[in-house]
Amino acid sequence: MSRDRTSAEPFLWLLFSAGGVVTALAVPVFLFLFGIAFPLGWLDPPSSAEIYTLLRNPLARLAVIVLCGLGLMHAAHRLRHTVRDGLQLQRHGTAIAAACYGTAAFVTAVAVVLVSML
Amino acid sequence: MTTGLWQRLHRQRVPLLWWTSRRTYLLFVLRELTSVAVVWFVVYLLLLVRAVGAGPGEYERFLDWSARPWMVAINALALALAVLHTITWFMVTPQAMVLKVRGHRVPGLVLAGALYVAWFAVSAVILLLVLS
Repeated sequence: MSRDRTSAEPFLWLLFSAGGVVTALAVPVFLFLFGIAFPLGWLDPPSSAEIYTLLRNPLARLAVIVLCGLGLMHAAHRLRHTVRDGLQLQRHGTAIAAACYGTAAFVTAVAVVLVSML
Repeated sequence: MTTGLWQRLHRQRVPLLWWTSRRTYLLFVLRELTSVAVVWFVVYLLLLVRAVGAGPGEYERFLDWSARPWMVAINALALALAVLHTITWFMVTPQAMVLKVRGHRVPGLVLAGALYVAWFAVSAVILLLVLS
């Protein structure tokens, strides 16, 4: 056990965990609708005006940002450990962590910009 | 101190494909790889948001692009991994989280059941919002 009380690990684990929950709840239905059901014509997609109105809603904007931000932190945490331990790159642990969380933070910033431009 | 040096330098080599040797290892790695589907979900959602923000023409182009066979194949694979993520996440949550009500621990089965109800509820809300 590490005695380092300023470690970022508990905080990163909290984000990983929160991201795991929100993606578990929301991702399957989204991928089913926009990835399968609309493309294959099983269901009619919303019109351009309808989806614009829906996404402009403040709660919807917040939901998109939260899903992207927490989802990416969740994925970054898992990929970091899988890449480091799976490919046995423990020596480069810090660089791998920085690349994973850094990319997650950058794409989250992109999400904020895209949502605010709606 | 030759033995000390030897012990420091010697390292047990683990084959790179160690996780293919057993079914449980393979399932573990598959579960970790569901995070790739989560990344794809974020990219796909942001492409949709960008298209909607860019106007009706771009949105139509996004819908046409998403109907290409290889896109449907990618999304089918991503959906399968996403469902695997949901199921495995709901399996481990009762082990990771101890929820107490009036001093009694909520049984894992009840907690897992509540998560499945929440999954159904969130899916229903998104379905209604998008389709109505």
